[in-house]
Amino acid sequence: MPTLKIPTPLRPYADGKSKIKVQGQNVDEVLQKMIQEHPDLRKHLYADSGELRPFVNLFLNEDNIRQLQGVETKLDEEDTLKIIPSIAGGQAAI
Amino acid sequence: MTKEQNTLPDLSNEEIHRYSRHLLIPDVGLEGQKKLKAASVLVVGTGGLGSPVLLYLAAAGVGRIGIVDYDTVDFTNLQRQVIHGESRLGDLKTDSARDRMLDINPEIQVDVYNDSLTSENAFEIAGPYDLIVDGTDNFPTRYLINDLSVLTGKPNVYGSIFRFDGQASVFNADGGPCYRCIFPEPPPPGLVPSCAEGGVLGVLPGTIGSIQATEALKLILGIGENLSGKLLLYDALDASFEFVNLEKNPDCKVCSDHPEVTELIDYEAFCGMPAHDHEEGTAGEKWDITASQLEEKLKNEEDIRLIDVREPHEQEISNIEGSELIPMGEVASRMSELDTADEIVLYCKSGTRSTRALEILASAGFRKVKNLKGGINAWARDVEEDMPIY
Repeated sequence: MPTLKIPTPLRPYADGKSKIKVQGQNVDEVLQKMIQEHPDLRKHLYADSGELRPFVNLFLNEDNIRQLQGVETKLDEEDTLKIIPSIAGGQAAI
Repeated sequence: MTKEQNTLPDLSNEEIHRYSRHLLIPDVGLEGQKKLKAASVLVVGTGGLGSPVLLYLAAAGVGRIGIVDYDTVDFTNLQRQVIHGESRLGDLKTDSARDRMLDINPEIQVDVYNDSLTSENAFEIAGPYDLIVDGTDNFPTRYLINDLSVLTGKPNVYGSIFRFDGQASVFNADGGPCYRCIFPEPPPPGLVPSCAEGGVLGVLPGTIGSIQATEALKLILGIGENLSGKLLLYDALDASFEFVNLEKNPDCKVCSDHPEVTELIDYEAFCGMPAHDHEEGTAGEKWDITASQLEEKLKNEEDIRLIDVREPHEQEISNIEGSELIPMGEVASRMSELDTADEIVLYCKSGTRSTRALEILASAGFRKVKNLKGGINAWARDVEEDMPIY
């Protein structure tokens, strides 16, 4: 099952977890599954329109999914999907 | 001998003695040390990140170092801003930092800019320097530094911290990406916790700032592989260092070949938030209540519901008797526990979060709700003098 790494600023919305294993064939499925389990994460990742927020950075292992196939990027069992937050001292958000 | 070598400054015998541990490294050597002496670096911020950066660049013999900060040394800075000491409380941070740097190394030149870096003064301040080190703690100044770096062609040595997480990179160097390539726009202000909610492990900026200092020295020396095109992610809790690859965004608004941003803009407006924390959170005269006014009401036994919107671990530090805890993040979902007929006073650490909570309640129709101006710290200062301030 792919692993999803959750950065510190988002952990309060994911029961304090730093990583979770989520079933899914591609990035979108994994994110949807994660939001089902932790609904409070939705507003931090998605705009009201249902689109991923433009400042959300997702990396499959070492590579930005923007440089791959976006949310359609396929995931293998051993893959790690990282959410990279923009942080600024006391200010932080994904 | 190259032209550059010809124009590098000489080292005195004393300097050779001082830098002997550098001169013994073949990759640095006499020529490298001369390069450091000839180099100039602008460091924006003399806080958690700026402290180790300035200490190490000064010790390493970077010939000219500019420091930008508008603030004064505060007691709560000392937990992580190791360039400052208790004897300098209340002094300008730039003065405190300069004195410490010149104490370490009087051979260098330290230029002090006791000011905020703004779109108006940034070009003039950055003018004399080869590279910029970003040691700021807020998004508006981060975007300003990035755009300044791109528009002037000076590399930007980036570092950022939050609680146990750190990031470092080198932007706008060797044809690599800039900060906006990765973070094209800032997060909306509503999703950004304030400094009061954030917090940071004191040693973390030491780790990240030391990496920034290392990257700055490598860029000057032209050695090794720098962090351009990579983002270092440090998790202090997991003791893990990870890297992700960063690529230039062909549509980047500032560094692509068809940029939209060709001059410095209003970064506070762009980010929708101020560049500087205002210690006293205020919701405006109509919605504020001062600590003394609240004390008076409580003395008169007026029926008031005191709602503490901080986190449970903060309540352990200080607490106004009789208050109920509803953390800021739960205010919207627990609104049904409150009654619009009640007189409500909201408070947090310094008044910023409670102002946000008030906005949520006011937009839901609450009219008899007030914000404790300056938060529980103002209460501790003006009413309960034996209460700790944090």
